[in-house]
Amino acid sequence: MPGLPSYTTVFGSLDDYRKGEIDLIDDDPVRYAFSNIFEVASTSRPYEKIAVGKNRQYVLEAIRAEGTSGWRTAPHDEFALVMDGEVEIRLRKLGPDDPVATAPRGSNQLSAEPGGPPMGRVVGRRGHMTLLPVGAAYQFHADSPSVILLQTQDGPDTVYKWAEIIQTVP
Amino acid sequence: MSIEAPARVDASEDNLYGYQSFKLGEFTFSRDEYFVYVEWPTGRHVMSADAFLRALQRDVAWQFFYGTVNFDGVIGTVNHYGTVDLFAGRYNDAYRKAELDHLENFETPLIKATFEQMLDNWTNTGFDPFASPTETGTAFGIKAGDNRPAITRHRVTARRMVNVPGDEPLRNDDNGHPVNRQFADVPQGEPELHPEPGFEGEVIAFNLFAYLSRSQVTWNPSVVSVCGDSLYCPTTEEYILPIIHGNDRVEWFVQLSDEIYWNVEDRDTGAARAKVVMRPGDVAAMPADIRHQGYAPKRSMLLVWENADPELPGLISSGQLPSTAVQL
Repeated sequence: MPGLPSYTTVFGSLDDYRKGEIDLIDDDPVRYAFSNIFEVASTSRPYEKIAVGKNRQYVLEAIRAEGTSGWRTAPHDEFALVMDGEVEIRLRKLGPDDPVATAPRGSNQLSAEPGGPPMGRVVGRRGHMTLLPVGAAYQFHADSPSVILLQTQDGPDTVYKWAEIIQTVP
Repeated sequence: MSIEAPARVDASEDNLYGYQSFKLGEFTFSRDEYFVYVEWPTGRHVMSADAFLRALQRDVAWQFFYGTVNFDGVIGTVNHYGTVDLFAGRYNDAYRKAELDHLENFETPLIKATFEQMLDNWTNTGFDPFASPTETGTAFGIKAGDNRPAITRHRVTARRMVNVPGDEPLRNDDNGHPVNRQFADVPQGEPELHPEPGFEGEVIAFNLFAYLSRSQVTWNPSVVSVCGDSLYCPTTEEYILPIIHGNDRVEWFVQLSDEIYWNVEDRDTGAARAKVVMRPGDVAAMPADIRHQGYAPKRSMLLVWENADPELPGLISSGQLPSTAVQL
């Protein structure tokens, strides 16, 4: 006689993920751009911004967080969702002498620490989502390899390598 | 300033089972204890009341959503963002070949008002068409009360991000959002916020996974963050998506937890195209020319990522944009 079931919610991580698959009946797998965030991050350099989703100018970027990133800013809000590990997100206001964004959208690397006052910091773990507000700069730090999914627009540093990350054969 | 008159719903007196019947153009809708009957000039169709009400609930709550909402392989709606097609057999190869299909276009307020009254009249006390099968009562039997709190739930549409001051609030026990039994093991801790003085309202974060673990509903995307037209619309999924969604734009899925099986068909004919199994961390694009239905054996978290640009359907249907997301 079975008792009440207990459920285990399965999340993925860099160390423990099991990729799904596409069973083709009458289609081309490329049309589905099927990839896995943890697989992409496992082969990325720290803070490389790999597009895993693109819908016109909008992108989802998989980022391997490891060590300390440079400072970035965007001319619009961005949102960082921690998918694995622990990430500290440091926020500063842009100063009047800071270089303006070089691209009309997406996040831009700043050549130096921003000149505005510190806004504070967030420590996020798996499932935690942080607003990276327009008008601010941000820096990520992770003591051990972690994964961020960034909701943003494509910018000068967005890396496209679809042929390497998506399923292309049945 | 003009005030739009309320759309007039063509509803009958109660039938033998206590339910109203409805007429919309040349379509008629009626129900008895178990089934819903749809008739049009060239055909008729029957669906389980349970399945029909689950689909109707989504169509009403989503304002007819993006593209096509197939209640099943015969009946459904297509959103033209101001008007809505109601169809029977139009996207079913056999009906089309037999010339038994039928389609009428309605102003959105009229079909919305008719569907809302149908949903209200046909939903009995204890049946929640947004909930999973084990979390709700039965749709069947003679007319017995109503369930207005369940069918008129607030749909979350954050303007910037959940938990931003003045935007959509967090969920907790006190505001009627206990942790779902299938997410009892999801950590509930919130992120550590360390704002400098004066920046308390700008250093904002929240636990999205905890937020989703407290969702009352299934297969109901709601907006939690907004970047221009880029909308994060996460949802919790259990059992079967009660509609077959036909796209009018590319729609992306990110599997956040557990597992979903997707059946993918040709949008216009229903021919099988693919099966997609998604596990945590998987990302997949659903092309603009397909329709899909999901199956989740355990309640899971799915991030639906939409582009709400109103120009997209026209650009894709005219061939100015491809129906797929990525070109190698």
